[in-house]
Amino acid sequence: MPKQIHLAAHFPGVNNTTVWSDPQAGSHIEFDSFVKLAQTAERAKFDFFFLAEGLRLREQGGQIYDLDVVGRPDTFTVLAALAAVTTHLGLAGTINSTFNEPYEVARQFASLDHLSDGRAAWNVVTSWDAFTGENFRRGGFLAEADRYTRATQFLATARELFDSWPADAVVADKDSGVFLRDGSVGGFRHTDQHFDIAGRFNVPRSPQGRPVILQAGDSDGGREFAAATADAIFSRHGTLVEGQKFYQDVKRRLPAYGRSRDSLKVLPAATFVLGDTPAEAQEKAAVVRRQQVSGATAIKLLEQLWNRDLSGYDPDGPLPSIDPDISDAHIARGRASVRMNRDPVAVAREWRSKAEAEKLSIRDLIIETTNRQTFIGTPATVAASINDLVQQDAADGFILVPHVTPGGLDEFADTVVPLLQERGVFRTEYSGPTLRDHLGLEFPA
Amino acid sequence: MPDPLHLAVALERTGWHPASWRLPAARPSELLTARYWTDLVREAEAGTLDFVTIEDALGLQTDRPDGPDERTDHVRGRLDAVLIASRVAPLTSRIGLVPTATVTHTEPFHISKAIATLDYVSRGRAGWRVQVSGRAHEAGHFGRRTLPVLDPGSLNSSEAVSAIQDLFAEATDYVEVVRRLWDSWEDDAEIRDAATGRFIDRDKLHYISFDGKYFSVKGPSITPRPPQGQPLVTALAHAPIPYAFAAGSADLAYVTPGDADHARKIVAEIPIPHVFADLVVFLADTEQEARDAKDRLDTLDRTVYTSDAAIFTGTPAQLADLLLDWQAAGLTGFRLRPARLPDDLVAITRGLVPELRRRGAFRSSYEASTLRGLLGLSRPANRFLEGARVA
Ligand SMILES: Cc1cc2nc3c(=O)[nH]c(=O)nc-3n(C[C@H](O)[C@H](O)[C@H](O)COP(=O)(O)O)c2cc1C
Repeated sequence: MPKQIHLAAHFPGVNNTTVWSDPQAGSHIEFDSFVKLAQTAERAKFDFFFLAEGLRLREQGGQIYDLDVVGRPDTFTVLAALAAVTTHLGLAGTINSTFNEPYEVARQFASLDHLSDGRAAWNVVTSWDAFTGENFRRGGFLAEADRYTRATQFLATARELFDSWPADAVVADKDSGVFLRDGSVGGFRHTDQHFDIAGRFNVPRSPQGRPVILQAGDSDGGREFAAATADAIFSRHGTLVEGQKFYQDVKRRLPAYGRSRDSLKVLPAATFVLGDTPAEAQEKAAVVRRQQVSGATAIKLLEQLWNRDLSGYDPDGPLPSIDPDISDAHIARGRASVRMNRDPVAVAREWRSKAEAEKLSIRDLIIETTNRQTFIGTPATVAASINDLVQQDAADGFILVPHVTPGGLDEFADTVVPLLQERGVFRTEYSGPTLRDHLGLEFPA
Repeated sequence: MPDPLHLAVALERTGWHPASWRLPAARPSELLTARYWTDLVREAEAGTLDFVTIEDALGLQTDRPDGPDERTDHVRGRLDAVLIASRVAPLTSRIGLVPTATVTHTEPFHISKAIATLDYVSRGRAGWRVQVSGRAHEAGHFGRRTLPVLDPGSLNSSEAVSAIQDLFAEATDYVEVVRRLWDSWEDDAEIRDAATGRFIDRDKLHYISFDGKYFSVKGPSITPRPPQGQPLVTALAHAPIPYAFAAGSADLAYVTPGDADHARKIVAEIPIPHVFADLVVFLADTEQEARDAKDRLDTLDRTVYTSDAAIFTGTPAQLADLLLDWQAAGLTGFRLRPARLPDDLVAITRGLVPELRRRGAFRSSYEASTLRGLLGLSRPANRFLEGARVA
């Protein structure tokens, strides 16, 4: 039997992948848009719906960034509402372990798991920066080096809370008057470097025991954290070679934690453009890329590497001849991706020589080098590519990011999914009610 | 004709009497399901009530003032109230949804976007019951501060008074931050201007730059201004410090008078659009049956049930008399706490409501689509708009 593919639907994000200027583009905040995408994903038998989160509006050059979609709902609240309009779809929320406290987050996830009959998932992220901290009680209290120590201890504490109620704790026997089997249920005490808490947890054990845990960090520390604690990884590595490298890297870390290869799913982010012919798909993809990277956006993305104000440059002209500013203060704030370029001067040099050799303007270069679509083709070629990547262990599935809200998944659901189903690599019916069932994960004892 | 009354119902467990879970109609094993809460809120909506509140706390229920108990004969365990409200929102269409959320250990930034999002998913029906936690054991769940044990016997000690003042001063700042965050986006901030490529007009987004004794919050919110502009802020108040808090921070206060005169005195202390009295209700076809119902539960519980609010036992018509009598003292409405669910809720929607309608004192259909609208409150101007008074 071939490996089975896992698919998730990412609500389009607050970055330039999302084409808000498309005539089909709808609201990013009205509940109807969330309902529409979630119901499409459920109709296509996807594993889960995914929401990202950032707790401070992005800024560049000291001003709120205005070229991308701005604004999102509260993660827990919108997922709880989506539980009312879906029946099987997993509901994954990105929740930060720095600017939250375990007691509150554990009760929110346990509540969501109850209210969705076992469909909750938690994408644990660790942004720690003082910029985001300005919105919270403790400010920028955490050093970068401590972000995964806190995340690990946060998650360990949350697990103790999830596990503090046995599944059979509530008796509710009207005749005998016994509501609880044990009057001290929910008791916990946890002390470590980050948390010193004790008391009684107040949410009885939820259908999945604990929410499914996702992780989306890319550093060595992030990968180790995932190997130790996560059920799935949301990665950036969706191509064959990069994907296989990442896949091997995280799966080889599992035995040290007594875990099997199957217990951690690798799910890269993926974008797609479909056409009736390969050529048409390529043309559409090029149009979408130009929509995603306007001249103004090209300059802003270039500034993120150069770390300088480049507003005086012409997007249709050549790249700057000056080098990036490598000082610590960064021009763009509130973005997880900013630190991806560990050696900006070298990357800038590469970009410059590529632009010169291929006669590319700033805008052309940015279109070529950043976030090209993962899958471009006919439904048949895209289905084949997805399947190949999964069968060749570059991934266990994908978190698909449509570029149009909320209808951007419709075509994929109608054309690619049936082909994957025909190949026998994607479910035609949900095999169980919970997200753990969809992902083939064990229920925690 | 009297002014129309406003009516809310406070949903809690299987009802407010601690032995109510043992009654035949009670559904104690469904308290953690969406179906349970949906059924109750739909019943309240069928009665055209203004809103429901949903109780919550950052700790396990306890009958002791000084910490958790080890009782096994009362309902223990609950779900997050904001998430219950949100789960119910798409399955209802007119009734207001007012979950309880604690301010003492939580982040104003998170609560602000949670209530704003509830307002989005309910299309303008969100409110919030602001709750201050003075419970030392709840502080222990967060480990960031210690609180003195505040039991009813020691509330007047100087240590207790200063702790309470501090908690409400923090709550005041908290609500201020939440309200500023709701206004931190002007309504028309999203422009989608193709010509300039700008999704928003950033001049219409505002840093709130709150800098207080308890926290500083920069803003703006990550969530655009909610449909109602300012979702309804409500608070329960029993004493002068919370009265002052409600007067300064809330749109609606719940108070617990013992009679109409008492109500009149409290109302004078809280000059805001709405002051509701809380009442625990046991309703039946005859007064005797209602009393017997309470007695039977008290016997089951081996304790005579008492409450911070007055307890009413009687018929829907008698309750209607009492509500109209107290209304004359200046109250604009009532938050009824059903002693037994669903029985007393059904008695409210199918007994009390028709009775009040006959007397011309209650709506027969919803006249507005937002919670503020139902309460006769307009959509407030944004405090950051030019010309608006900045708080
Ligand atoms: C694919 C992907 C998606 C991410 N999504 C989010 C997000 O929605 N919100 C967030 O705060 N961080 C997000 N992050 C950031 C990481 O979760 C992580 O906290 C951050 O990158 C720092 O950890 P690292 O140094 O291990 O990468 C994402 C990262 C990746 C790789």
